[in-house]
Amino acid sequence: MGLSDLSARELLDQLRAGSVSSREVTQACLDAITEQDAAIHAFLHVDAADALRQAAAIDDRRANGDKLGLLAGLPVALKDVLCQQGQPSTCASKMLSGFVPPYDAHAVTKLKQADAVLLGRTNMDEFAMGSSSENSAFGVTRNPWDLSRIPGGSSSGSAAAVAARMTPVSLGSDTGGSIRQPAGLCGIVGMKPTYGRVSRYGLIAYASSLDQIGPFGTDVRSVATVLEAISGHDPRDSTSVNKPVPEYSKTVDQPLTGLKIGIVPEHFAAGLDAEVAAAVKSAIEVYRGLGAEVREVALPHAKYCIATYYLIACSEASSNLSRYDGVHYGHRAASFQNLNEMYAASRGEGFGAEVKRRIMLGTYALSTGYYDQYYVKALKVRRLIRQDFDTAFQQVDVIAGPVTPTAAFPIGEKANDPLAMYLSDIYTISANLAGLPGIALPCGFTTSGLPIGMQLQGRPFDEERILRAARMYEQATDWHTRRPNL
Amino acid sequence: MALPLDTVKKVAGLARLQLTAEEIETFSTQLGGILDYVAMLDELDTSAVEPMVHAIELTNVLRDDVLVPSLPRVEGLKNAPKQDGRYFLVPAILEG
Repeated sequence: MGLSDLSARELLDQLRAGSVSSREVTQACLDAITEQDAAIHAFLHVDAADALRQAAAIDDRRANGDKLGLLAGLPVALKDVLCQQGQPSTCASKMLSGFVPPYDAHAVTKLKQADAVLLGRTNMDEFAMGSSSENSAFGVTRNPWDLSRIPGGSSSGSAAAVAARMTPVSLGSDTGGSIRQPAGLCGIVGMKPTYGRVSRYGLIAYASSLDQIGPFGTDVRSVATVLEAISGHDPRDSTSVNKPVPEYSKTVDQPLTGLKIGIVPEHFAAGLDAEVAAAVKSAIEVYRGLGAEVREVALPHAKYCIATYYLIACSEASSNLSRYDGVHYGHRAASFQNLNEMYAASRGEGFGAEVKRRIMLGTYALSTGYYDQYYVKALKVRRLIRQDFDTAFQQVDVIAGPVTPTAAFPIGEKANDPLAMYLSDIYTISANLAGLPGIALPCGFTTSGLPIGMQLQGRPFDEERILRAARMYEQATDWHTRRPNL
Repeated sequence: MALPLDTVKKVAGLARLQLTAEEIETFSTQLGGILDYVAMLDELDTSAVEPMVHAIELTNVLRDDVLVPSLPRVEGLKNAPKQDGRYFLVPAILEG
């Protein structure tokens, strides 16, 4: 069995035991990238020499008997939305082509403090806007299970790189499903923590009231371990919450007794692919077999999630992305008559179609005469959506359902139909509006061999319970051990 | 219903986005379609509901007023398209 067959937790055990070095693990990842990534295109930038230097330094400290962090020697790939000092951080946009941040995102600092090896930067939909990687300015990422299909998005490369075993774990960001949706479509585990659990400092902003950073891995234990490393209060993000971080890596293996699982009838209504529905329903039967109580709960405003999300997210995006003005950083047009034209030309040249579309929708929704009709209305419906969850979580501990309506779709299928693309986030988007944690984990395959994911959502700051519930299912099944034929 | 072309142009001006004639046409159709879709929110009576701006409704998060080092000037200027080592450079904004 090669190093790339091991989960992050297994690698950490071997690193700790001294049976493998970080240099060897890192080199195995770099070799896998050399072999696989021409076909998959998960990475935008890999600084092999820098990664090996980090690995060597950690090996040396281990040899010295130094106390090392939770992720010591483990390679981690970063979505290109996270600022990393000294490495290009472009958000897969021409606008930020060549941008090299002068500081690290808080999550990156936490990885460094945990002695992880930062392996490389992964492809994504431009500015985290999209569900397929087709909005990247630097080419599509392909799904390792079927290279003609999308890997999901916007954290496309972070999911595909883990699925193809080019890295044991990675970080992504999730504004409407951008961790959970690609995890589901790539047959791996991905978690969006509660809003406020992980600092957003240095996360290049899309929609600030919805954005949250989270981990990908091949199993729940690995995801729990990375989440523990990156969570915690940071005074530089005023929405980062000052609550103690549980030891997710230790508690994840403890099964729950008396678990109450909610299922939402609307999640299984029209639009859901029959094979996905069957896989998720049998996953829920597995929980029943493990002693969980399953009952129906209602989320009456679920059908309004997409509309609410696009108004709020685009409004926030139109404000956040006004910083790209061709002055402080980013692309500046070569020809213009005056300052105003410089702004407009630089932005027109630097942004791709989906980013422009969302800036336009948000600017419209915030403009005089439409602010109350669109933006404020959406904020009010957002509260109704949150109240639905608060009521549901008085009756159940977690809500289980599908991650996406279908398995991975072919590249190009929805590229020219923005609304159809938006609807692929229908089951994940409400967790962002409500600020709740959610996890996607593998629960089956279609007859054509594409992964199917199950989502578990829970109460705010109840990551520990969600992880334990997810791990119970994982221990009872072997979907997470399958890997694509590459 | 398509968004009128003049409205698309006006919004693009507000957003400081230079769009091609083709983009204006496409956005007119696509934004119109999205606005038709989001109109479903009008089915809901929200007159008694408070807007929810944030998932965690924190107020007045303050830190101690202590000076900490900030980004050195040279680092802050490094990514600018045009700068002179001291300032960001932009085209003249005043005539004469």
